[in-house]
Amino acid sequence: MAMTAKKERERATDIQEKKTKNIVYKTKELNLWYGEKHALKNINLDIAENEITAIIGPSGCGKSTYIKTLNRMVDLVPGVKTSGEILYRGRNIFDKDYEVEELRTRVGMVFQNPNPFPKSIYDNVAYGPRIHGIRDKKILDQIVEKSLRGAAIWDEVKDRLHDNAYGLSGGQQQRLCIARCLAIEPDVILMDEPTSALDPISTLKIEELVQELKNEFSIIIVTHNMQQAARISDKTAFFLNGEVIEFDDTDKIFSTPSDQRTEDYITGRFG
Amino acid sequence: MALPEERESHSVRDLIVLKKNNRKKKAIEKLVPKLLLLTAIVSVLTTIGILFTLLIETFTFFQRVSLFEFLTADTWYPFSNPGEYGILPLISGTLRVTVIAILVAVPLGISAAIYLSDYASDRTRRIIKPILEVLAGIPTIVYGFFALTFVTPVLRTFIPSLEIFNALSPGIVMGIMITPTIASLSEDAMSAVPYSIREGALALGATRFEVTMKVVLPAASSGIIASIVLGISRAIGETMIVSIAGGSSPNLGFNVTESIQTMTAYIVQVAQGDAGYGTTIYYSIYAVGFTLFLFTLAMNLFAAWIARRIREEY
Repeated sequence: MAMTAKKERERATDIQEKKTKNIVYKTKELNLWYGEKHALKNINLDIAENEITAIIGPSGCGKSTYIKTLNRMVDLVPGVKTSGEILYRGRNIFDKDYEVEELRTRVGMVFQNPNPFPKSIYDNVAYGPRIHGIRDKKILDQIVEKSLRGAAIWDEVKDRLHDNAYGLSGGQQQRLCIARCLAIEPDVILMDEPTSALDPISTLKIEELVQELKNEFSIIIVTHNMQQAARISDKTAFFLNGEVIEFDDTDKIFSTPSDQRTEDYITGRFG
Repeated sequence: MALPEERESHSVRDLIVLKKNNRKKKAIEKLVPKLLLLTAIVSVLTTIGILFTLLIETFTFFQRVSLFEFLTADTWYPFSNPGEYGILPLISGTLRVTVIAILVAVPLGISAAIYLSDYASDRTRRIIKPILEVLAGIPTIVYGFFALTFVTPVLRTFIPSLEIFNALSPGIVMGIMITPTIASLSEDAMSAVPYSIREGALALGATRFEVTMKVVLPAASSGIIASIVLGISRAIGETMIVSIAGGSSPNLGFNVTESIQTMTAYIVQVAQGDAGYGTTIYYSIYAVGFTLFLFTLAMNLFAAWIARRIREEY
């Protein structure tokens, strides 16, 4: 537990800084139903800038639903209803006149299974800038290189930018998807179990990458893997049956959780 | 061998062994593949037989009319004496109708496919798709008199110079006829594009239309092109509509308002008339038929090549 003690001290010195940290997402009394099923119940959660927020919980607890709500991808599910508010940078994303495409350009997303487009590596990364009107070849070249470097995959693909993305390994495809997301310079990156389909080495690479990305972006990551949450995140939210049971600093959640159910889950008694 | 009354006490394994040793079953197992092979051979032989007849009769035709005249002369007038056998007017008839049909069917069919795969709700799709497929089940003769008795008169109110028999009207109707084929096959190809890829594009802030045009269509392009090629080869081979509404005047050119004759319509004309066995006219339908066969064969090979070649793999 020496590490925890060290982090404790760090936190003490951080406290001043953390208080001034901006809130990116403020969730107020969020409820969500899939038809009759009440999937999210009275969620209240504040997500801070330039931090990694992990969301953990057993299958079907609503964690994926929650992050898909943050960029309103959940709208695509037929029969979905919501109540409450999610303020992104102070504006309710459920407002009638909120442009969902605008929200999604500011909030990138990486999915559970790598989902590159059936195009070349270059075109995958350039896709986002292109649909938002950037056509200049020189600028696109720069964006592609910068994004691929940012996703720590440049060296592996620089000689075959025009090959089909499906020739890459699963882990490379996932980093390509991260690069694709970085290309439109988002503010927040949502990651929905980004490593659950990957081998341990690819997982490690993505975890290292996520920690570097934290300097520039706010990251919200859903994970099945509690060790992963403990390793990489600053804050952790524990979801159970559509409710937030506990939301606190990651160190605290994994050392001295205040709720019995959190403790049961992280010690592996269920889930 | 165990006695029958003892069977009840047999284990399942014994019963299985007993069944396996059943001779009748063994004989059937051996016979079935042979029967199936026989049926396969019959259909292959039939195809070869048809091709063979076509070739022989075509060969006879070219002993009377030179291949050079057939391919380059610009009049098709077999009923004069001596007959003139330049296939170009018939080909130009077929191509005029086909081009019009494609101009109608491709925009209609692909728009319908886009709507059905990316915009329609499940309920709408369940209602529209079967209706679209009913369109494919209408007998072509019905389309034929629809062209002659409805479309042509309507068109003539807009284009007074339109002849009663023309290329435009059967072309449009043929386009309507192949629209369901193109729509249905393109929709299959587009629906097969994984949802996760659409999600990826939406999450980058793409609108639904941008997702459709820049992700789904390119990914489904091989299937879509194959559906168009299939539509073209159906249009080339289509007979009833053009026989009824297209006329029987082989004209060379690009005019779509005049009476034309397609390759298929000529074959119908001769087959119904009383061209005697052994006359040059009789043999000419084989030569035309063979030309038609080459056209559709080329289209089918092209479709197969396209499907292999320009696939965006996913």
